[in-house]
Formats: sequence, structure tokens, C-alpha cells
Amino acid sequence: MSDNQHNGNWWIWKVFWILLGLTTFEVLLGMFKPEFLVNTIFLGTKLLNHVFIILTIIKAAYIVLTFMHLGFEKKSLKWTILLPALVLVPYLLFIILSEGVHAYIVL
Amino acid sequence: MSNKETYAKAWEGGDKPYESSYGKLMMWFFLITDTLTFSAFLAAYGFSRFKFEDVWPIAEEVFTHFPFLHGEHPLLFVALMTFILIMSSVTMVLAVNFGHKMQKNKVILWLSLTIVGGIMFLGSQAWEWGHFIHGDKGGIETKMEYTVHIAEGEKLSSVYKLMDIDKYSDADENPLKYFALEDLTSEMKEGFDVQNIKSLIEKLEAKPEFNIRKANRTYLSNEESINYIKENATKVVVGANLVDNEYGHRLFADYFFFITGFHGFHVFSGVILLIIILINTIKGTYEKRGHYEMVEKVGLYWHFVDLVWVFVFTFFYLV
Repeated sequence: MSDNQHNGNWWIWKVFWILLGLTTFEVLLGMFKPEFLVNTIFLGTKLLNHVFIILTIIKAAYIVLTFMHLGFEKKSLKWTILLPALVLVPYLLFIILSEGVHAYIVL
Repeated sequence: MSNKETYAKAWEGGDKPYESSYGKLMMWFFLITDTLTFSAFLAAYGFSRFKFEDVWPIAEEVFTHFPFLHGEHPLLFVALMTFILIMSSVTMVLAVNFGHKMQKNKVILWLSLTIVGGIMFLGSQAWEWGHFIHGDKGGIETKMEYTVHIAEGEKLSSVYKLMDIDKYSDADENPLKYFALEDLTSEMKEGFDVQNIKSLIEKLEAKPEFNIRKANRTYLSNEESINYIKENATKVVVGANLVDNEYGHRLFADYFFFITGFHGFHVFSGVILLIIILINTIKGTYEKRGHYEMVEKVGLYWHFVDLVWVFVFTFFYLV
């Protein structure tokens, strides 16, 4: 646990502004939908959706690593918590979503 | 110290490989299981969405309203809800931070603000649910189970506008029979459904500027629309519940209620936990204990709720 993280609250507000900025950016993208991002299809979906997903993962990382303090815990604890999610969730999504695409084609 | 001694010590619980307390560890384990639960829900949503890709409702057309504002404001209200939740996450970190410094009054202040944020979020969700259940433009259910919508040319219009109904009028004057009436048997409902479709066709014949937008978002001409309704329509749907859904595929409403409901229940539980630890803080329980770890543990849960919303926001409303 690094002690300088507990001195003052400036880092909390810094993370807050980052989260707020990213969310505002997402909402603006969702409202105005730049044509270039909507029309470019990449890996089966719009480029815009990839942008949304990447921004979401960045926000999630900030929440987990700073607000939930996981970034400052011991390495063993950090990976015990992160690995199951990082392995199982993409695996689950890959299996189920490709099944969904298949169901669309056959049914 | 030899290896043997260290080994024995570790198995007697002497070592702390995670250097974290029992309570925090258990909270983390619970959060891992909860992560997997929510991932499974969102994955299931993704499955259905990919399966019904052509006819799945677009979230921006469903959630377009903002309290006290007229017109269409897609995303604005959910953005506000997201802001409220992020804000309450920040007040929670501040409470935890002042807990480390043993500043009781500041913990009380920031915990109270977190509770206010949580209650505001729950209120917003109630408004959103109310609006979703009450319905917006109305739809027409067809035999293939997909809902079609009324349009004017290439622009989405509403059943109310076509049938000259004031959406907020009384049930007696409402030409859409049986809505807002209670205690009807299913035969009575079916009779009303036939009647509603009939008057819908009459209105479509009288007003050539109206037509149908099919679930896959292709627009029919007025003439085609009348034939389509005659052949396929089963009933006029207003609002959404677990069985009917005016916005489109009925699974959409099911997922909406289930996923946002489950998340809302988490927020509700979080608010209860926060109230309990607020009372304990005021009573000085943690002051006596010498540490504010309980605030930290509830804080972990609260941030997790925020985390889940970040994903729900993206996958339900944005993508």
C-alpha cells in the first residue's frame, strides 16, 4: 500500500475527471455518430462499437485499480482477483456470441 | 528460520500471502462471483441480440425522454444516471480515505452524500422503468412475434397520432379499447384486439400519409401497410411488460427488466449497507474498534455496483 496515495484527495478527483470525460465523450459519440466510425466495419461490428468497448474497459480499469484500490494491493491478491475475470469472461463471450451469430444464420 | 518452520507457520494461518484482512478477501471473492453472474447476463443479452440482429430494437429509439423536457433526447437521461453513480463512487472513496485518517465527521459527511447519490440513482431508474412500462409510441404485434411501428413516410410516428388519441386521456374515451381497464378475461381482450386492429386499418385507409415500419426497419407504402396489417397484425401493444413489448422484440424488454432490475437491486442493497455503516459511524463503533475497515469493505461493493453500471451503460444503451 503506497502511503502517498492516502495523502490528500487530489488523485480521487483526477480519476473522477477522467471517468467523467470518458463518459461525456461516449455520450457525444453516441449522439452524433461520426459517419466514418459507423460505416467502417471491423471484426464484424462497427468501428464505433469498438471505440465504446475500449473506452469502457479503460473506465473499468480506473475504477478497479484506483477506487477499489486493487492496483496498490499485493501482486498475489491482484492476480487472484483479476485472472478469473480476464480469462473466463472473454471465453464466455467468445463462445456465446459466436453461438448467437450461428443461431442467426441457421434459424 | 528454516524452510520447514516457515512451511508449518503458513499452514497454521500465520502467513498472510495476500496481506489483506479476512473481511476484504471475502468481499473480493463475492465480487468475483458477482462479476461472472453479470457477465453471463450480458453474454445472454448479446446472444439474443446477435440471433435477432435484424429486428432488435435500437436503444436510442427506446430511451429518448428526459423528465420535464419535451422532444427526443436519446442517451441524455442514462448519461445523467451514469454521472450520478460515478459521483457517488467518488464520495465513497472520499469517505474511505477519511476513514483511514480516523476523521469521523468527514466520514459521516461523505457517507451521507454517497447515500443521497444512491437514492437519486434508484429514483432515476424508477422513472426510467415507469416510462418504459407506460410506453411511448405504441406498436403493433404481428404473427411472427415481431413488433412493427407506425411511421409517416420515413419517419417514426406513433399509434396515438395515427388514431387521434390523447395519450393521457381517460380509459372510457380512449378508442384503444381495454388499455387501462382491469379485470378482463383473455376472451374479452381478444375481442378488443380485433376491434383495435380494425380501427387501425380504417385510420390507415383514411390517412394515406401514414405507413408501417417493419421490425427490420424497412418502410412500407400506405397500401402495402394496410395489406400487411390485414394479414399479420394480432394486436396493438402499448407499453412494455414481460409478455408484450411495444418497442420491438419481446426479449428486449425481458432483458431490460432483468439486467437493470438486478443491478438496481444491487444498488438498493448497497444503500441499505451504507445506511447501516453510517449509523455505526455516528454511534462511534468504528472509532472504538480503532479502524474503519467496514467502510472500506462496503466501499468495495459500492464501486463494484458502479463498475457493473459502466458495462450495462455501454452494452445496453450505447452499442
